[in-house]
Amino acid sequence: MIKGLKKWRLFSLLAVFALFMAGCGNEEISTFQPAGQVANDQFKLLLLASGIMLLVIIVVVIIYTVALFRFRRSKLGEDHIPEQVEGSHTLELLWTFIPIVLLLILAIPTVHYTYKLGDVKAMGAVDEDGNAENLVVDVTAKLYWWEFEYPDLGIVTAQELVVPTDEKVYFNLIAADVKHSFWIPSVGGKLDTNVENVNKFYLSFEKESEGLKDGVFYGKCAELCGPSHALMDFKVKTLPRDQFDSWVAAMQETAEKPVVANADGEEVFSQSCIGCHAVSGVGESGAQGPNLASFGDRNRVAGFLEHDEENLKEWIRDTQKYKPGNTMPSFSKDQISDEDLDALAEYLMGLKVAK
Amino acid sequence: MSSVAQKSGFGATLWDWLTTVDHKKIGILYLLGGLFFFVLGGIEAMIIRLQLMTPNNDLVSAGLFNDLITMHGTTMIFLAAMPILFGFMNAIMPLQIGARDVAFPFINSLGFWMFAFGGLFLNISWLFGEVPDAGWTSYASLSLHSPGHGVDFYAIGLQIAGGGTLMAGINFLVTIINMRAPGMTYMRMPLFTWTTFVASAMILFAFPPLTVGLFFLTFDRMFSGNFFDHTMGGNTIIWEHIFWIFGHPEVYILILPAFGIFSEIFSVFSRKRLFGYTAMVFATVLIGFLGFMVWAHHMFTVGLGPTANAIFAVATMAIAVPTGVKIFNWLLTIWGGSIKVTTPMLYALGFIPSFVMGGVTGVMQGAAPLDYQLHDSYFIVAHFHYVIVGGVVLAIFAGLHYWWPKMFGTMLNELLGKITFVFFFVGFHMTFLIQHWLGFWGMPRRVWTFMDGQGWNIANLVSTIGALLMAIGFTVMLINIIMTTIKNERVGNDPWGDGRTLEWAIPSPPPFYNFPATPLVRGLDTLWIEKMEGSKEMITPAEPITDIHMPHGSIIPMLMTLGLFIAGFGAMFHQETSWGLGVLIFGLAFTFVAMAARSLKDDLGYYVTKEQILQDQENIKRGRN
Repeated sequence: MIKGLKKWRLFSLLAVFALFMAGCGNEEISTFQPAGQVANDQFKLLLLASGIMLLVIIVVVIIYTVALFRFRRSKLGEDHIPEQVEGSHTLELLWTFIPIVLLLILAIPTVHYTYKLGDVKAMGAVDEDGNAENLVVDVTAKLYWWEFEYPDLGIVTAQELVVPTDEKVYFNLIAADVKHSFWIPSVGGKLDTNVENVNKFYLSFEKESEGLKDGVFYGKCAELCGPSHALMDFKVKTLPRDQFDSWVAAMQETAEKPVVANADGEEVFSQSCIGCHAVSGVGESGAQGPNLASFGDRNRVAGFLEHDEENLKEWIRDTQKYKPGNTMPSFSKDQISDEDLDALAEYLMGLKVAK
Repeated sequence: MSSVAQKSGFGATLWDWLTTVDHKKIGILYLLGGLFFFVLGGIEAMIIRLQLMTPNNDLVSAGLFNDLITMHGTTMIFLAAMPILFGFMNAIMPLQIGARDVAFPFINSLGFWMFAFGGLFLNISWLFGEVPDAGWTSYASLSLHSPGHGVDFYAIGLQIAGGGTLMAGINFLVTIINMRAPGMTYMRMPLFTWTTFVASAMILFAFPPLTVGLFFLTFDRMFSGNFFDHTMGGNTIIWEHIFWIFGHPEVYILILPAFGIFSEIFSVFSRKRLFGYTAMVFATVLIGFLGFMVWAHHMFTVGLGPTANAIFAVATMAIAVPTGVKIFNWLLTIWGGSIKVTTPMLYALGFIPSFVMGGVTGVMQGAAPLDYQLHDSYFIVAHFHYVIVGGVVLAIFAGLHYWWPKMFGTMLNELLGKITFVFFFVGFHMTFLIQHWLGFWGMPRRVWTFMDGQGWNIANLVSTIGALLMAIGFTVMLINIIMTTIKNERVGNDPWGDGRTLEWAIPSPPPFYNFPATPLVRGLDTLWIEKMEGSKEMITPAEPITDIHMPHGSIIPMLMTLGLFIAGFGAMFHQETSWGLGVLIFGLAFTFVAMAARSLKDDLGYYVTKEQILQDQENIKRGRN
């Protein structure tokens, strides 16, 4: 009876576990569906750790259940006085050494992956012509948005990270105001953006984002950074190398050949917005507001609102309502009239580099 | 003072409680204070869960949500869990070692009042509308950036409360080292006393870093310091190190006494000596020691580099070994015993699987590269609630039912106790189990809302329903406490019938001098030995009954703390008002005058005469029969 019970418990536990592991979770954000080598390594470690831990839980639960069934006072009688056992050296040694062995099994791959994932030696490598061998992205986290500069390519963008697939991409991370943390769950674990030092790590993106629900992976800020911490999202677009190269070329062209979908809108922009926002993708990080060169291609307004003109206009009218604590001023009707706002929205939505 | 003369007016009773230096009364004050803040922190938790019940919810604003999470964490750790455990330590530990009081009754009272006023100071922030909002960790860049006085309340309130904790810790240490009854060697101490001892030693080393860190923060925010301002040469990572050098041992300061409570309960309700007592003691000491070696595992994603991460990862995993030793010793304690499932035992039995799950997820996060994914996600929220609720809170509830008769002389209702357990236990697993998966699915912690369409909706709804069940369970417990108090059915020395340690050898509640004659201890589980020998008195006295020296009560501890409380407001407002500096100086002067009064006025205490004790014992016996 007890034996049958044990088997049943074990089986159902495993079944529930498998169900949870396999099902659920959205591909663009779940760590269960790794889309790159880093996330994959971490997932392997997760499976190993979960396996060992499940073993421990099962052993404990079995001893516990059997003890509970066998040694109840209701069975043994009110007057039963159990033998006052002091302990057992053999058992103490047993449950000291077996856990040590289990932990060693976990510790060795842990140390291995710690060094593997922390290896950024190739970051500054250059080929014979002095060109960087690897793509490097400088990430600056700000209240509450993300700036992505490609120092070797001379371009800068914001809110939507664009990267090539199937190669290591190296990141320099820093925060401009308070501490944030850079996390793309399905591509790899997070690294903090500290205010005083640059953190370096790499990720590799092995799945194109094209087929995903929104065509992008989701990125998150993982460190409490103020009221709008929850809204400090970014998106990641992964492209094959050739498409990435043409995206870079298009970004580099925005300096000379700006897209103007609405000339009145451009006029409004140059009066009210240009102090903080650039519409040329050529430049460096350090801007007051997100670079808007590829705004029309993006997936969200202000990082989290549905990407349409309506939301864009409401956002400009009252930024604090949507993202409390952010540093962009709101613009009343006295500052930008309704017609001007319509023109501005059309102009902004027209800022596209992807064909 | 004597338990004979109990009729007195409200004013006299109040004065008695404000000035008491009796460890049992201070224990009750800690317990009631802690329960009050537990209710506050619980309400905050419920609002948090209600806000996260559905996507894009707007029950509370983003700013208020950050106030709630900060105050929930700070309140539960510093103002609920620790004080309630201190309540048990105060009320029970001296009884377990056969002492008449703690070593420093005056400091004991001071410690309580510092906790009370510190907690009050922190929560007065709600009335000002400027509440701490940088998380209970208050990482420096955000805590310096946070506008208003919110974080000032955090820095000063915790400074006052933390001072009280340090005093309590030192007091318990000295008590256990010096005041054990004859024959109570270290290796005969009940495990709750042992864990109190180790936790107190940890307080001694862990709280000074917090004090230093909070002073730095106070100076940065209120006195133009630049310890953490990186633009002026400061460094924010220093705060993280200081905080976690305190913060990680703090977790063990909470869980070790919980282990102690469960060790007592398993042994008593299995009617069996604790299996592997020696191993349990060494495991406790080892956990206490290793607890100081692993703080940087909270900082794996800070960018300390692979070598630091690897070292701290392996050190963290090492803690699992002594903890595992404890789990298996508990299992072997009930194995072969005679298990009676009372309410305290039910909590202890619920604790084993819950805590094992919390423990193993801790090891998973100890694997640094895996932690890069899990850190600051909902997985960590699930993990630390599994250890703190599944470990500490279950221990608090277990201890509350177990020692309630000893502290108050009445038994909590068993049926209501079990109903509480079922609601709380089911609610607890429902709330937090699913949160592990929320973390895997990419949900960061401390988010005030979440967008629809990320696959998190159902899990969050389940979690909120679980939280409501926990609230129902706790409400039943409050009803139980009120009903029991009103009914007031008195119980005898050993209401559970299977008590093994000294506290069950004396009346419930004990007379104010605890033991008429100091007991002689002849082995582990003193009372059990007496019972097995069929001893009638249940205590072998180590000395004849003589006059007992007792300390006088004093209002000075409260006045000293009041001065610090006033000074806190002065420090907070001194930059923007003209009166701030004056209030700061007045408050500190007030404290110093109170200290001087204590030092200059000799208070030699008083004697309870032998005749009074014999008369009192006679009354107790007559009352019993």
